[in-house]
Amino acid sequence: VSSDLHAAVAAGVLGTEESHRDLLHSIVVVARAIFRAKASSILLLDEETDELVFEAAADEASESLIGRRFPSSTGIAGFVLVSRQPLVIEDVLADPRFSRETAESTGFVPKGLMAVPLLHEERALGVLEVLDRPQEARFTLAEMELLGLFANQAAIALDLLQRARRAESSLQGKDDLAVLARVASKLEDRREESSREDALRLLADLEKLL
Amino acid sequence: MSAEEEPLPAWSLPAEAVDHIALPEAWPGEITREWAWGAATGAGVRVCVLDSGIEAGHQLVGEVQQSVAISIEGENVTVDEQDTAGDLCGHGTACAGVIRSLAPECELTSVRVLGAGYTGSGAVLLEGLRWAIEQGFDVINMSLSTTKQKFAGLLHELADSAYFRRTMLVASAHNMPVESYPWRFSSVISVGSHEQEDPFTYFYNPKPPVEFFARGVDVEVAWMGGGRLVCTGNSFATPHMAGIAALVLSKHPELTPFQLKSVLYLCATNVGGGA
Repeated sequence: VSSDLHAAVAAGVLGTEESHRDLLHSIVVVARAIFRAKASSILLLDEETDELVFEAAADEASESLIGRRFPSSTGIAGFVLVSRQPLVIEDVLADPRFSRETAESTGFVPKGLMAVPLLHEERALGVLEVLDRPQEARFTLAEMELLGLFANQAAIALDLLQRARRAESSLQGKDDLAVLARVASKLEDRREESSREDALRLLADLEKLL
Repeated sequence: MSAEEEPLPAWSLPAEAVDHIALPEAWPGEITREWAWGAATGAGVRVCVLDSGIEAGHQLVGEVQQSVAISIEGENVTVDEQDTAGDLCGHGTACAGVIRSLAPECELTSVRVLGAGYTGSGAVLLEGLRWAIEQGFDVINMSLSTTKQKFAGLLHELADSAYFRRTMLVASAHNMPVESYPWRFSSVISVGSHEQEDPFTYFYNPKPPVEFFARGVDVEVAWMGGGRLVCTGNSFATPHMAGIAALVLSKHPELTPFQLKSVLYLCATNVGGGA
């Protein structure tokens, strides 16, 4: 409870959801750029429904996918999530079933795909995909390593996003102490108002009392 | 008999018992690849692919002896010993095809532990491995791992139990900065990737935990729907080592995992036997 409350107070002050969305978007944009790829996306695991959810995409065509859900262990992304193993596939068109499924769900048929699990501590949080890197260049293990390092950074961002979401929901909660988080949030909103000074004095007195 | 019910004999070697542990053949003076797997086909060796299933009848895979699917609901573990769902992703078929390409006459069995959802996948992996060890396969290919600490202890016990029962576990190492299992255990053969094209080129790593590097970049593999893909990942290096292990065991079925590892070490490309 105390760590949730701590996070909730922080969330009340920071307004995290939007800034974390920006962070995830920036990750996929950078992933696309460093691998000179056509597209990149992040899928987050929703453990409650056991589904993968599109959270971020680096190109306009794929942005319409955000919020779309898929079963958590089917397809390439699902395999990568469950097996914890990064996978690079060239020439995806050679597999008719894969192409059709992808085309139906995204309207975008990749020729190649890099998928890496987003692992944070013990948990698999989701999958980072990079689609259509240039085909003329042979894939190297140095790129694989870069992908792994980059995925580690993305996983940290996803972990922060999930914490922020949990915090936001406890901010709305009926828990007795959630009032503290709401107070912190309101104080932050009234940065310019004189009533803030009075409120802070009141809180200081309350602290002495406790 | 399950892995936990092994009898516990007393461990000592009285003088009159020395003859009982005489090896079936003299250890050769020099181990070469010709000695290790020259003219071997994998015949008589039972290989299990613990993965997403195998598409039977794929041109690059051929016959699959048995397809099994593991599932768990609540406390109940179900082993469907006549699974017909095939491969749910393509990955298991890819691994099976690599093993088949190296050991064309080995017997392949599929144990599907992936595809039924993320939740509970660690427990399914554990039960699949337990089942495979009980069946006494010679080689088990595991191009997957779990990061869950709570499974590490049980996986470790199972990996040791496989080692003592002459089942060689061959497992994909992680190339990301995370702790995962079972590849980190010393009772398994752990495999990472090198970039060369020869499927028989593999390197011993003198700095464990990863023990061997095998072909894992731009590998043409079997995929679902009779298809083929070019893939990269330690997932595909692992069945290269599993296939080579199957070849060695088909020529030298008496080898224990310890001896098999020693042979693989002596025949590695960077050790000398690779010539």
